[in-house]
Amino acid sequence: MIVASNLTKRYPGGFEALRDVSFRIAAGEMVLITGHSGAGKTTLVKLIASIERPTSGSLVVNGQNLSALRRGAIPYVRRHFGLIFQDQKLLFDRNALDNVMLPLQIAGFSQRDAVRRAQAALDKVGLLAREKAMPIALSGGEQQRLAIARAIVNRPTVLLADEPTANLDKDSAADIRYLFSDFHRVGVTVVVATHDQNWIETCHGNALRLGHGRVV
Amino acid sequence: MNAWLTQHRAAFVQAVRRLAGNPFNTLLSLFAIGIAMTLPAFGYIVLDNLRSLGHSASGGQQISVFMAQDASTAQVDEIRQRLQQLPGVNTRFVPRAEALERLQAKQDLADIVASLPRNPLPDAFIVEPTDISPAALDTLRNEIADWPKVAHVQLDTAWVKRFDAFLRLGKLALTLLAALFAIGLIAVTFNTIRLQVMAKAAEIEVARMIGATDAFIRRPFYYFGALQGALGGLIAAALVFAALAQLAAPVSELAALYGGDYRLRAPTGIEVAILTGLGAFLGWIGAQLSVSLSLRNFD
Repeated sequence: MIVASNLTKRYPGGFEALRDVSFRIAAGEMVLITGHSGAGKTTLVKLIASIERPTSGSLVVNGQNLSALRRGAIPYVRRHFGLIFQDQKLLFDRNALDNVMLPLQIAGFSQRDAVRRAQAALDKVGLLAREKAMPIALSGGEQQRLAIARAIVNRPTVLLADEPTANLDKDSAADIRYLFSDFHRVGVTVVVATHDQNWIETCHGNALRLGHGRVV
Repeated sequence: MNAWLTQHRAAFVQAVRRLAGNPFNTLLSLFAIGIAMTLPAFGYIVLDNLRSLGHSASGGQQISVFMAQDASTAQVDEIRQRLQQLPGVNTRFVPRAEALERLQAKQDLADIVASLPRNPLPDAFIVEPTDISPAALDTLRNEIADWPKVAHVQLDTAWVKRFDAFLRLGKLALTLLAALFAIGLIAVTFNTIRLQVMAKAAEIEVARMIGATDAFIRRPFYYFGALQGALGGLIAAALVFAALAQLAAPVSELAALYGGDYRLRAPTGIEVAILTGLGAFLGWIGAQLSVSLSLRNFD
């Protein structure tokens, strides 16, 4: 469960990306964070993923208050999230399998287990046949699916994505939406920042709309 | 524990791959480190050889203890016991009769000795301490001189003091040289690791976002620095062996000209291990400094 209370994020220089944002996302729920560019969607995703710290307010994920986390605990909290970025942040000097294995290596899995689980994740997103391919050799949609495989390989409790369908063609974007729905169906909490109108229209009201850093 | 071991093994393998992945740069760095370590290591071995040569040239440092002419057998025995109880000291007794025989054996003195009405030589002890530093020798001499019926204690410390001063100067110069080259080694490692951190910026950023601890990110760089330093130490040891091999024959020839038999001492296995370990330690320090400073940019 994710509970935000009066969450505010002010950057150095005074720009306020989020102001007094409060919401509650139940475990296993799928929520889209929507809004215009600069509304604070990416900031909110970064706050939930502990990539940034709130200026004030509290943010509790799975019973843990992220606002009060000490620095050393942050990496361990991040391991509970599956993170997907708009620009994928893939490692272009590693093949697909090695990219997916990275979170498992960080968590200390043995090489054999890491390979097995990474292959299962690649299979889930339909990329097992391309496990040896370098990211540069993959299409935009495949790269995004590879990023999703890396995000789910650790079996996270929360899947967080920032504009995962941006820059993708219509069919690839639809594939990605289906994948997220699949994870939601098996009980994963899915939070997606997006301005993909097709997705917003089919989300059955589970959307958190932001405007100028506030919930609207 | 298993996860910890797995991560260390993975970091080590990653460090080896980084070393092997850029062989030309790796070789250049290794030789820079190796040469930097060779000079102080070679200097240490040369000084140690000189110390050993000085010791053998003087026949070992001896203290001659002469008993009083009127010392009884019991009093001589007491001094013998006292000497035997001293730690780190070998003692040999030279009875006055044996000393006279030795004197007689010398051709040019035989007639003079034969004309003496009685044996003028005292009983004596030859004392060979293991600690031959001038201060220790002086202390020992003063202690023995105070014992009863000891007439004279003879020790030539002037040569020892001069040689010891020379060795101390050499050691000091060597320490300064070693400190300079240690800083050089740290600087080489620092720069290599800094470039690596820059090259791996994307990987570090992603790893942090998906839950990598600082230790996970730092570990391969530490292993890299330590491995590079250790290999540099091994190269230094090999260069020292090669240099000593070149010097061995001329040194033996020189020793033979002085009627001696001296062979240069090569580094022992333990010394090679210390050199390698020192290289690893300095490399690790360089990596630690570099990673700490470089990773600040990611905070």
